[in-house]
Amino acid sequence: MFPLDAPPDTSAYMIAGYTVFFIVAAIYIVSLLIRWHNLHQDMTTLEAIEKENKLKEEKLLKVEKSKTTKKSGAKKSKAVKKK
Amino acid sequence: MQSKPLTLKILDIASVLALAIATYLALIYAPEEAMMGQVQRVFYFHIGTAWTGLLGFLFAAGLGITYLVKQDIKWDIAEVAAVEISAVFFFITIVLGSIWARPIWNTWWTWDPRLTTAAITELIYVAYFMLREGIEDPDRRARFGAVYTLIGGLSAPITFLSIRLFRTIHPVVIGSGDPNATGTFAMTPRMEVAFFFGLFAFTVIFIDLFWNRIRMGQLAAKVEQMKLNLMH
Repeated sequence: MFPLDAPPDTSAYMIAGYTVFFIVAAIYIVSLLIRWHNLHQDMTTLEAIEKENKLKEEKLLKVEKSKTTKKSGAKKSKAVKKK
Repeated sequence: MQSKPLTLKILDIASVLALAIATYLALIYAPEEAMMGQVQRVFYFHIGTAWTGLLGFLFAAGLGITYLVKQDIKWDIAEVAAVEISAVFFFITIVLGSIWARPIWNTWWTWDPRLTTAAITELIYVAYFMLREGIEDPDRRARFGAVYTLIGGLSAPITFLSIRLFRTIHPVVIGSGDPNATGTFAMTPRMEVAFFFGLFAFTVIFIDLFWNRIRMGQLAAKVEQMKLNLMH
């Protein structure tokens, strides 16, 4: 029997390959988590802005209503005075 | 946004376990290849990521067609998810292949038909995201994206068949390839176990990431809609 040649030492390339794989996979998963977190923050901010806008709209409506009631009240009192 | 479904949580755990087992099988269980040495172990993850990457691009093309037929944004969200994960996997495939090629072919890169078609495929999908970023209207963006993935999807079978149709130095492990290919080897039963489990593990990981990415896409669509409502 002839002794077989030992395979070449290519372990450094194997380690490099698996290191690259795990680093790229980790970067992708972290990017997913960061994007998810940012979207949640955007969502809460937008919801808060929407609430604020609704409150402002309601206040404006109330002010407009009170103005119209005051105007109509003043017209009525004028009409009564004329009579 | 609804909390994570139990099935998805189980799938997350299954993916981590599958990856751990695939790593064990590739690095410890499978025997060392006699001609190439330890670097041959890169092959298990190289094929696993290529399998999911290329199938993912075809899957995205299918989702693009579905969007064009149904005009429902949920298909666009799924299409983006499939393309993104496939692009990441296929990038890993190319890098692992390059690392394997250095000691076996004595070069990091060569303009071989397989390597060239793989690089073109990856660039097509990088450009896909650039295209989407440039379009503000969600419906128009989805329509353009769907057509693009449909055309881009053609690159996946071309890349797969390139080593079977053209003269190449890239080895063909399953089926017969070019006799001039460098780095071809016969798989032992233990190598086959590592190889097929690798394919299974990366399929599970793809499904898990796909589901998670769809959930994120749905949230992003909701945020975008709220922003548009506030602006108008």
